[in-house]
Amino acid sequence: MSVTSLKLLRGWICRQAPEQANWLAEQYALLSQKGNEKDLHLFLGLIPRRMSKQDLVLSPQDLTLANQAYPGWNPSGWSLDGAARIAALLTFHGPRPFSAMFQDLVRTADARELVTLYRGLALYPEPESLAFEVGEGLRSNMRAVFESIVHRNPYPRDHFDEHRWNHMVLKALFIGSRLGPIVGLDERANLELARILLDYAQERWAAGRQVSPELWRCIGPFAERVSAYEALQRALTGTPIERGAAALALTAADTPTARSLLLTAPDTAALVADGRLSWDNLTLQEAA
Amino acid sequence: MFIDPHAHMVSRTTDDYETMAAAGIVALVEPAFWVGQPRTFVGTYVDYLSSLVGWERFRAGQFGIRHYCTIGLNSKEANNEALAEGVMEWLPRFALKEGVVAIGEIGYDEQTPLEDKYFRAQLTLAKQLELPVMVHTPHRDKKRGTSRSMDVCEEMGLDPSWVVIDHNNEETVRETLDRGYWAGFSIYPSTKMGNARMVELLKQYGGDRIIVDSACDWGISDCLGVPKTAQLALESGISDAVVRQVTYENALAVYGKSGQMQASDWLDPAPIDQRTLFEGNSILRGGRDPLVETAPARRRDNLLIE
Repeated sequence: MSVTSLKLLRGWICRQAPEQANWLAEQYALLSQKGNEKDLHLFLGLIPRRMSKQDLVLSPQDLTLANQAYPGWNPSGWSLDGAARIAALLTFHGPRPFSAMFQDLVRTADARELVTLYRGLALYPEPESLAFEVGEGLRSNMRAVFESIVHRNPYPRDHFDEHRWNHMVLKALFIGSRLGPIVGLDERANLELARILLDYAQERWAAGRQVSPELWRCIGPFAERVSAYEALQRALTGTPIERGAAALALTAADTPTARSLLLTAPDTAALVADGRLSWDNLTLQEAA
Repeated sequence: MFIDPHAHMVSRTTDDYETMAAAGIVALVEPAFWVGQPRTFVGTYVDYLSSLVGWERFRAGQFGIRHYCTIGLNSKEANNEALAEGVMEWLPRFALKEGVVAIGEIGYDEQTPLEDKYFRAQLTLAKQLELPVMVHTPHRDKKRGTSRSMDVCEEMGLDPSWVVIDHNNEETVRETLDRGYWAGFSIYPSTKMGNARMVELLKQYGGDRIIVDSACDWGISDCLGVPKTAQLALESGISDAVVRQVTYENALAVYGKSGQMQASDWLDPAPIDQRTLFEGNSILRGGRDPLVETAPARRRDNLLIE
């Protein structure tokens, strides 16, 4: 799996930075053959000094190939130097277990480096063994670090237990982060999460605060079981985006009560019914 | 636009970041230092260095200030040999992190043999890694300690144009400049430099190789040391060009030698940084003139730092 990911990464890097191709090839060969951690540290330090921090340039076809190499892998938003660093980790074979080496890297990482280290999570060997470091990253107050695990990263979908998954979603809402870019958001929806989020919404409302309309996406399929109709009804009379989100959630609920509630907002319900409004374009919808 | 090339932000509040940004500080350098309480485990020192390249860098970015740091074992803690040996093993890994612009602040406190040993070892490291050096000069026996610091730098083969001798005063500045070093001045009430005295020095020495910083930390100090000095200097008839040299250009020139600090970092940050680690800055957002007056009222009442 990661052989293909690695091939893709190295191809993209060399395509964008042909002037560094020879140096990179030498360094990667050194890392895979000698397996000396000092070489790895030095190389990781040198990459951003020699390579651009600009975004990795990827075509739609590249993204398709990424998704084929590892389902859910979405490297859009990666930087060129970050990609080269992740490729180094995938290339390196040293005497210690990957997780021990990774722990040291995280311990001494600078801010951008942390983001990079976590972005590659799903591709690393023995990904289960990185659970502790992932927990540290989720607890981070650096939003970019948290999001490097949470957004466009299949690791949580594939390796989080329900508790960790649910708290990740809740924290994302809590810090004002988007839910849409979470890989597997619908697949991993669960009753407990729906309960937690409904409580959270009610707590926010009681404090006179708003809730992110994206929250209803995780509640919709369980609307009946967590008794969310009253809350959804309230959302259905909110801003256009809130109305859209409530309509999408009620459509997903697909119960008699949900359907009757949808009748009270026929215009929005129609947008959902004919596919013009979805979770993917919800925040782009200005008027519904 | 100002750079504060010596500010211990781990000891400061968000109010300070807001105030500094409002006053036009676009970048700062945070030297690794003694946090007030001695560290007794290597691990706590390592985590401190991690926080300089990680959390604090991020925190500053949220206020639109670019954060750089220097990595080093300070002179006080060099006296704990077990700690010092352990820290020295970790330093090379931190010295190559993003935003590390020098080895520092290093030098002498009580001028003990252990301080001397680790000062020299770190000068060697700076040479190997081609990094500038920030030298802390001692509070006590200052004049001799400053001369000795420069003697040792030269003995260890460092190029003075890569070394900032910090915390200068009227007694040390002549020698520091004559020997070819950058002369840092910390505008710090009571124990270091006052800004009215600083203006007098600028009248006498001009702006070449002189760097003004606040050295603000956990003590009674002022995070607006640089902009307040700039304003006082301009009001006292020092030219714009000299003020710009000592409050912006010179710091950028010497710490820029690390390859880790350039004006484009704050004037034209990479898109990935703008999305993740840097909230942009007030200059680009086209807002305010960077002036001390724009800082919150409680900060601007007293222009003089004495």
